[in-house]
Amino acid sequence: MEATYLAAINQALHEEMRRDENVIVMGEDVAELGGAFKVTDGLLAAFGEDRVIDTPISEALIVGAGAGAAILGMRPVVEMQFGDFISCAFDQIVNTAATLRYRHGGRAACPLVIRAPSGAGIHGALFHSQNPEAWFTRVPGLKVVAPATAYDAKGLLKSAIRDGNPVVYFEHKRLYRSIKENLPDAEFTVPIGPAEVRRPGRDLSLITYGGTLHQCLDAAGIVAREDGLSIEVLDLRTLLPLDREAILGTARKTGKILIVHEDRLTGGIGGEVAAIIAEHAFDSLDGPIRRVAALDTHTAYSPPLEEFILPNANKIVAAIRGLAAY
Amino acid sequence: MAHAETVAASSETGQRVEYELQLYYWMKLIRAFEERVSRLHRQNKILGGVYSGAGQEAVVTGVCAPLRPGDFVAPLHRDLGVFLVRGVDPGRLMAQLMGKETGLSRGKDSFLHGGDLEHHVFGSTSMLGSSLPVAAGAALKFQIKKEAQVAVGFFGEGASSRGDVHEAMNFAGVRKLPVVFVCENNRYAYSTPLDKQMAIENVAERAAAYGFKGHVVSGNDLLAVVQLAEKVIRRVREGGGPELIECKTYRYRGHSEHDAALYRDKEELLEWQSRDPIPRYEFYLEKKGHDVKRIREEIDERTRAVLQQAVEFAEQSPMPAPEEALEDLYAPAPMNSARDGRA
Repeated sequence: MEATYLAAINQALHEEMRRDENVIVMGEDVAELGGAFKVTDGLLAAFGEDRVIDTPISEALIVGAGAGAAILGMRPVVEMQFGDFISCAFDQIVNTAATLRYRHGGRAACPLVIRAPSGAGIHGALFHSQNPEAWFTRVPGLKVVAPATAYDAKGLLKSAIRDGNPVVYFEHKRLYRSIKENLPDAEFTVPIGPAEVRRPGRDLSLITYGGTLHQCLDAAGIVAREDGLSIEVLDLRTLLPLDREAILGTARKTGKILIVHEDRLTGGIGGEVAAIIAEHAFDSLDGPIRRVAALDTHTAYSPPLEEFILPNANKIVAAIRGLAAY
Repeated sequence: MAHAETVAASSETGQRVEYELQLYYWMKLIRAFEERVSRLHRQNKILGGVYSGAGQEAVVTGVCAPLRPGDFVAPLHRDLGVFLVRGVDPGRLMAQLMGKETGLSRGKDSFLHGGDLEHHVFGSTSMLGSSLPVAAGAALKFQIKKEAQVAVGFFGEGASSRGDVHEAMNFAGVRKLPVVFVCENNRYAYSTPLDKQMAIENVAERAAAYGFKGHVVSGNDLLAVVQLAEKVIRRVREGGGPELIECKTYRYRGHSEHDAALYRDKEELLEWQSRDPIPRYEFYLEKKGHDVKRIREEIDERTRAVLQQAVEFAEQSPMPAPEEALEDLYAPAPMNSARDGRA
């Protein structure tokens, strides 16, 4: 059945709540309203107010209480209404949840999912556009995923809910209603960890995730038509742990790497990906590793500013051409 | 614990007497444990931060004694006594402090950050007050599952300034969660005295703003604490919603063993030591006709033996292997084995 990215997330929540009565959903406006974006629509009617819980505006509480319920066997899926607000819960995520098992000597588990609608390109300005994933990808004890397709959005959320660890799940707001695909009627999950080659190619690799996957695919199509270039596109899907084998595999195959993400350049995941390749596949490289990412500024509001800051297919095309000619 | 719980629930005088003596034993054991820990720290046998709860024994004893197995407790960083009263093995606790393999966190974290969830004791972080949202979450689980359990979240008056405390109490009030918030008001947040921390007299006054009851009790009066805690815990367990107990008390040592606490007046320390919870409770036992001298000697001998055994166990326990630093980060994800349908 055809489903949007948003509907896929909603389906995953319905299915997992039906499958496991310990799954609860908690956050600001998730119950009565069905979420600011309607991602949790219908859950209250289906599962009742004990399991679908509207909270006060209290991000630290939402994550902390999620952790408290999780260590006693619940599987809470908590929502940050906008991923930008996750900074208010930062301590509970990186200190309470991420260290929980470690500081209990391996005798505790914290099966908690933190959903964070993130991403720019919707004129959301400084506090409704952020891509905060790199704040979390260097925190041991967490897993971080960022699906880019409806299929992965559903499958990765189901895996995250079933996982025994805190998982930060970044869903890209621009994709909610802009992409759709046919999803299998049968049950499926997408494992946390493996990246996926979205388009095989020979000449150059784009390594990306989340919102910029679609821009990369567009750019790959353009340079195939106009320049005859064969571009491989690798979708990381999981950002912690990174799929090192897939990253090194594509680097060894094409020898030219362009990393693309919507998060800012400095300190973004691209730096880590580049380091992995430089350390372990240096011999295979035919050119410098390059990156296309948001400029090192805040995500400004006015359209000319926003467009200037964010990556897009044209900027990726230009970068591909530059690197291909190297 | 099972013993104490049975006794607490009983109205039989003999059992009540036994229970009251057990409370005395716990206070004495905690004090002796605290003193030994301070000494071991001076001897460099405990390397990390040590936050003594000496002087505050009546609070943890009085609040934890009426709890049942399965109740959830999130202690604060100087609540070593919570672990003991909840039945955590003193040897494992000592091994935890020495960074040994047999400690609660297997050497991963220091002092009381290693919890013991088998005894439903949560290991708090150093971000004070951050365990109150966790306690609220535990209470939420009890409420959803209709379990007759309570969660207890300890915090200091210092931590009461943090947003986490507000968020947890507000949510608990809104949902009428079965959680007891226990403030150990020892008058100093590290070096900062009360009048620089808050503009009101009692932390308990804030409970009204969250729609539940707040109580003030002398935290150095075991009998007062335990009597109040029994009532509060019963009401909370029966679904009456959260309550806040503020225990006025005092820590004898500095914030940590590194802190000589020179910011405090010697007279003030003396004044509080004259209200020490242990002799105060001994006075009560004496008036009830006990031979306190004999009981004290017996209990001192018992606690000495327990401590000797705990220290021996900890000292003889191995250190963790270096590579274990990379273990215990992730739980297995056994339900995550289904393959990607398209892979």
